[in-house]
Amino acid sequence: MDKSQGRTARPDAAPAAEIVTASGHRGLQTEEKLIFEQGEPGRTGVDLPAPPKVADRLNGLKRQRPVGLPGLSEPQVIRHFTRLSQKNYAIDSGLYPLGSCTMKHNPRLNEKMARLPGLADIHPLQPVSTVQGALELMDRLAHWLKTLTGMPAVALTPGAGAHGEFCGMVAIRAALDAKGQQSRKRVLVPESAHGTNPATAAACGFTVDAIPADDRGRVDLAAFKAKLGPDVAAIMLTNPNTCGLFEPDIVTIAKALHEAGGYFYCDGANFNAIAGRVRPADLGIDAMHINLHKTFSTPHGGGGPGSGPVVFSEALAPYVPLPYVVHGKDGFRLVEGREGKAEPLGRLKTFHGQMGMFVRALTYMLSHGADGIRQASEDAVLNANYLLARLKDVMSPAFDGPCMHECLFDDSFLKDTGVSTLDFAKALIDEGFHPMTMYFPLVVHGALLIEPTESETRASLDEFVGSLRSLATRAKQGEAASFHAAPRLTPRRRLDETRAARQPVLRWKPAAPTRQAAE
Amino acid sequence: MRYLPHTAQDRREMLAAIGAASVDDLYRDVPHSARLGGLVDLPRHQGELAVERDIAGLAAKNRPAGSMASFLGGGAYRHHVPSSVDHLIQRGEFLTSYTPYQPEVTQGTLQMLFEFQTQVALISGMDVANASMYDGATGAAEAVLMANRVTKRAKALLSGGLHPHYREVIETYGRWSGFSVKAAAADVSGVEDLASRIDAETSCVVVQNPSIFGRIHDYAALAAAAQNAGALLVVVVTEAVSLGLLKPPGEMGADIFVGEGQSIGNALNFGGPYVGLFATRDKYVRQMPGRLTGETVDADGRRGWVLTLSTREQHIRREKATSNICTNSGLCALAFCIHLSLLGEDGFTRLAQINHAHAVQLAEKLGGVKGVSLVNDSFFNEFTLKLPKPASEVVERLVDKGVLAGVPASRLWPDQPDLANHLIVAATETNTEAEMDLFARSLAEVL
Repeated sequence: MDKSQGRTARPDAAPAAEIVTASGHRGLQTEEKLIFEQGEPGRTGVDLPAPPKVADRLNGLKRQRPVGLPGLSEPQVIRHFTRLSQKNYAIDSGLYPLGSCTMKHNPRLNEKMARLPGLADIHPLQPVSTVQGALELMDRLAHWLKTLTGMPAVALTPGAGAHGEFCGMVAIRAALDAKGQQSRKRVLVPESAHGTNPATAAACGFTVDAIPADDRGRVDLAAFKAKLGPDVAAIMLTNPNTCGLFEPDIVTIAKALHEAGGYFYCDGANFNAIAGRVRPADLGIDAMHINLHKTFSTPHGGGGPGSGPVVFSEALAPYVPLPYVVHGKDGFRLVEGREGKAEPLGRLKTFHGQMGMFVRALTYMLSHGADGIRQASEDAVLNANYLLARLKDVMSPAFDGPCMHECLFDDSFLKDTGVSTLDFAKALIDEGFHPMTMYFPLVVHGALLIEPTESETRASLDEFVGSLRSLATRAKQGEAASFHAAPRLTPRRRLDETRAARQPVLRWKPAAPTRQAAE
Repeated sequence: MRYLPHTAQDRREMLAAIGAASVDDLYRDVPHSARLGGLVDLPRHQGELAVERDIAGLAAKNRPAGSMASFLGGGAYRHHVPSSVDHLIQRGEFLTSYTPYQPEVTQGTLQMLFEFQTQVALISGMDVANASMYDGATGAAEAVLMANRVTKRAKALLSGGLHPHYREVIETYGRWSGFSVKAAAADVSGVEDLASRIDAETSCVVVQNPSIFGRIHDYAALAAAAQNAGALLVVVVTEAVSLGLLKPPGEMGADIFVGEGQSIGNALNFGGPYVGLFATRDKYVRQMPGRLTGETVDADGRRGWVLTLSTREQHIRREKATSNICTNSGLCALAFCIHLSLLGEDGFTRLAQINHAHAVQLAEKLGGVKGVSLVNDSFFNEFTLKLPKPASEVVERLVDKGVLAGVPASRLWPDQPDLANHLIVAATETNTEAEMDLFARSLAEVL
């Protein structure tokens, strides 16, 4: 398909503003001021009645100065946020191949269900007798998660993946402490791990010991075994790993670790590759968080909210945080206090977890069923391997296939072209695609990590392949300058991140009065 | 399966292109002992109608707050959310976008977050805010961790007026992250002397305004006492609407403001997802947890926004990061930002006035019921009553009369018998005078 009609197919490095408009808008690309630059005092987007007249009970602590919020009418607000939305790339608008982030289709039924008044309009502290359906929903979600993972217990409350990691690692700490093994402080973390893994281990008071990857992109088994010792508390391993590969030695790793007295924490960010085909319990895992916003498609929402339930093995099951749901003869009940049990882990969140995300995830699971979840995993893996197969001659795969749900390339195919991984990714934006994950995992030079997910058609994958092949060819043909200038077809071109960090401007402030105005 | 586009032929042809005989071939790295032969023991896929019926059946077993006269607060408040909020946050470009790591294609989310940060700084009276936390309680725990970094100390002193769930989350973080927590006892009188308990190890004092019992405090003197002792003052606000009417934490001298933003733009959702608000003074910005959006220019010199100061964050600093937080509460922050944009200065202050006025009316009506006494001398939209019998029993009986009467203190402090007869009651703009009368009449009947 010729996508070059009407514009320069191979732009040079000159500024993109060939067409100057009086408004500053460029067709469908609009310039949008901040709300603070649009508001007028006295204007509002809500009609509220006059407050009843009462003698105030504010203890003399009434606000004395205006807040400083702008006034906008409803049509202004609608237009403002609609225009902002149009500056975003989204799964709804195109393939979003961010490796490790799992940008799959977000079904709208999930949104509809989460907004049913019976689920959205219930207060977390209503009498338990009035929220039996909500507790039943949490219990059913727990059942699905336990069945899919083969694990006997689950903590639903963590607010996102990293919060789940914290939950899992403190459960491990608590289990070790209960055995009198306070001296176990070392946590083994592969170099390829997500940054949250070492950050979490450190936040829980562990020391982090990196395990190198072997030349196949897997944990170096010999190096791992050499690091085992009486001070090892746990391993934090992502499986499939962040190179998009299944760890073939995982059962051996679990066995050796358990024999050495350590616990196995698995980062479940990539569970979407194996859900319905492999149960983490069968791999010897003791705790694993599941990102409901990845595998079970509660939307990413531009950066959250997420939800990170953690499944636990028998050994860690007693350390599930408060509160949790139990089923008794009088229906479902929420355990919110210690209730005589020794040393529960404590509370991790204000209330009972991300209920809105639970509804979406359960809706997704019921829609897919056992068969659909397995098929989704297989299609995600199929799509990633298809991309790998169609790109391996022009880009440089970091490791041999087959891969799982994502395929990883290094930047050796860009060697001596003057084009970096960053330049390549930015040029992909002009092709109409969101970039892949760049420079992660750290074990591969100039990494490009591509995760297509199961949601893409073959035609969409082929179009994406066409763009990547074209870019790889152009890079090798010496068109570095056009890569350096990319992107050129976006609302903004490359942004100066150095300036943003050196002179941080983190909020709007009213312009200082000019000398004239001051006079 | 409606979400999976491949046909059987697609799959065959793609496998052929890959050079694999079957999908099983692609999973050949999985140890034999861990390969599932068939399906897990769960139901098969279903169409929209069947799933909708199933979930709606669960929803129907609950009694929504809106179907009764609801006076529940205690850290989550039922407010009216304008219809345009929910419309806008469901735009796919917001809903189905990722964290804005690629700024050229996510200027919409970034500009919104910059506006959100500005709004949070304005309502709290602080210098600078981040792009949100999971919720109020996790934000409070992160505030203590931040105070520990700033002061290089490791002891937090908590007010007895702090929401017990917030205290418990801070204690969980403290216990496992290695800082100590001293909490004053919950006391409905609101009298506590925190200043005298600050010592050379104290990194911060954490207070709540209005307190969990609804009382309004001026923390200016405590802020000065804390700062003189080298500690920070953290002010928690669980009802963000109160900031439309009350002296903000920044003007009381707070070093860190933590808020629960659910009240603005977000439904009750049985406790989540919510949105944690977090703000501080300029001088501490590099110790702040969470994502931050900053202004900059693009290659053509035009104003734009990026995520910034990320050298604080886990994806760069790994085990040396200020926090392990990654995902935040983006879409809830968007809902907050849209609702507050609609309210504006006039709407926000008027909303707060209505809330307060309704609470004053309700307090008068309930305070007039025989045997009931109002504990508070001051309050915003929530106050505490002392009843002549255990509040949890009263609440259960009022459910039958169509009233969600409030949060029994025993739900929050199960181990404190002295609070068994106390009931924490909230009123918002959603409560009508008829609902208040129903509450007062029903309360008189069950006492």
